[in-house]
Amino acid sequence: MEIDGSKKLLKIFISIENIDRMVLYSLTFYLFSSVAVLSALMVISAKNPVHSVLFLILSFVNASGLFVLLGAEFLAMILVVVYVGAVAVLFLFVVMMLDINFVRLREGFLQYLPFGALLGIVLVIELGILFLTDRSSNIYNNQTPLQPIVNEVENTKMIGQILYTEYFYLFQICGIILLVAMIGSITLTLRDKGGVKRQNIDSQNTVDASTAIEKKKVNIGEGI
Amino acid sequence: MTYDIFITGLIIIAQILAVVVPVLISVAFLVYAERKVLALIQLRRGPNIVGPFGILQSFADALKLITKENIIPSGSNKIVFILAPIITMVLSLAGWAVIPFAPGWVVSDINVGIMYLFAVSSLGVYGIIMAGWASNSQYPFLGALRSAAQMVSYEVSIGFVIITVLLCVGSLNLSKIVLAQQTVWFAIPLLPMFIIFFISALAETNRLPFDLPEDESTLVAGFFTEYSSASFVLFFLGEYASMILMSSMTVILFLGGWLPPFDIYPLNVVPGVIWFTVKVIFILFLFIWVRGTFPRYRYDQLMRLGWKVFLPFSLFWVVATSGFLVYFDMLPN
Repeated sequence: MEIDGSKKLLKIFISIENIDRMVLYSLTFYLFSSVAVLSALMVISAKNPVHSVLFLILSFVNASGLFVLLGAEFLAMILVVVYVGAVAVLFLFVVMMLDINFVRLREGFLQYLPFGALLGIVLVIELGILFLTDRSSNIYNNQTPLQPIVNEVENTKMIGQILYTEYFYLFQICGIILLVAMIGSITLTLRDKGGVKRQNIDSQNTVDASTAIEKKKVNIGEGI
Repeated sequence: MTYDIFITGLIIIAQILAVVVPVLISVAFLVYAERKVLALIQLRRGPNIVGPFGILQSFADALKLITKENIIPSGSNKIVFILAPIITMVLSLAGWAVIPFAPGWVVSDINVGIMYLFAVSSLGVYGIIMAGWASNSQYPFLGALRSAAQMVSYEVSIGFVIITVLLCVGSLNLSKIVLAQQTVWFAIPLLPMFIIFFISALAETNRLPFDLPEDESTLVAGFFTEYSSASFVLFFLGEYASMILMSSMTVILFLGGWLPPFDIYPLNVVPGVIWFTVKVIFILFLFIWVRGTFPRYRYDQLMRLGWKVFLPFSLFWVVATSGFLVYFDMLPN
């Protein structure tokens, strides 16, 4: 079995030479995208916030499936590791701990509906403009169904080569912005209340019989 | 055309079964081995009734559990409660798709193999969180919270360890990671990382001394307190299968996968899959040995170890390794 090659996640599809690959691609694409859209709908319509987060996770996983279909397997895995494996876990953690009154949560729905709808409409119009004006883009001109672009170089390598050369400064600036945000949130939440007992590992490890135990001569009938 | 689809489908199912069935059988024998080794450590005899030397004990236990009544607590969130053990089980089996047992013996040889394994193992926490939350009971909930914090913390250092190995390999493909160790296993030049990875693997699979999510002395049985019968079996199988998966990951990253220790005559005629199995069994023995030897960590000590010891050290080692590779011009390709 060969090791080289770039689209190993799609090996199953590629190995099937005789059947129409496009059909399988389209089927998988519609499977992933419909589940992603439906679960995204459930995120905002589920009554229980924990269910919302679980549907959000399902949506993330399906989005990563779409990335795999596009041949961007590195992005797909990063999406799962970072968003599903870490961010959503902490998110779920917080939502589970919150004591939410579900009835009161529903009350504000009509109040926020116009604003939410406005945001949605703006997004739809922007996407529409993109599709209608940018005639040179691949999205518009590409008449063939979705299928991965099989490159010689793995896309992990390609991302590395671009990210750390052409976009090096932008990449570093992103890192610094995240660092500032992190330090900010730590300073906002870290409070030294005082009176908290903390274990000092070093001092505890250096304890031996001579410092931990004290010998006393106790006279009979007197005590210490 | 439909005939071809049928044949391909059959081949895919056969490949899946060829991996999943041995994994499930080895889980049964791992449970037996664990009980036997722990018994030997504690000067007991362990299971010795069912079958010769008690070797069929796990199967008897599984049968007993499956035939019991499956109790779903009335206050629980039923769908999530039932989904949780299924997710745990599925995720612990999903990782096996990319494990190369020998040259070419792999279901799917993807070029982001190690990322896939990392992603799948980081998803394992969802089964636990969902179980703890859906049970609607205090002990499972505490277990779930502990587990979430613990697994996220140790994943960070596992990520850095993987990066160190990748720096030396230059590929994310698991077969290439193994082939890069033909001269020397990474356990030797990267010994500190090997140790960190092993300890983090203990924490990631909720094994002693880091099994605080199920901590029987304070939390009854932790996140699966409310589970019984088949759903309990799924948790149990899932946990042990992910233990074997983490051992295989350790073997692939540090102990040269299917490669023999030295490429000399009597050693290199042994098939690769045998070497792989022997190494995985060795790591699993270490898991059990650790369980029989060390007391459980306190929760704050666990967090301290993860964030204040492993994280800075592994970060330093990533920088040091990349510096070394660049300075001596040894970067792969």
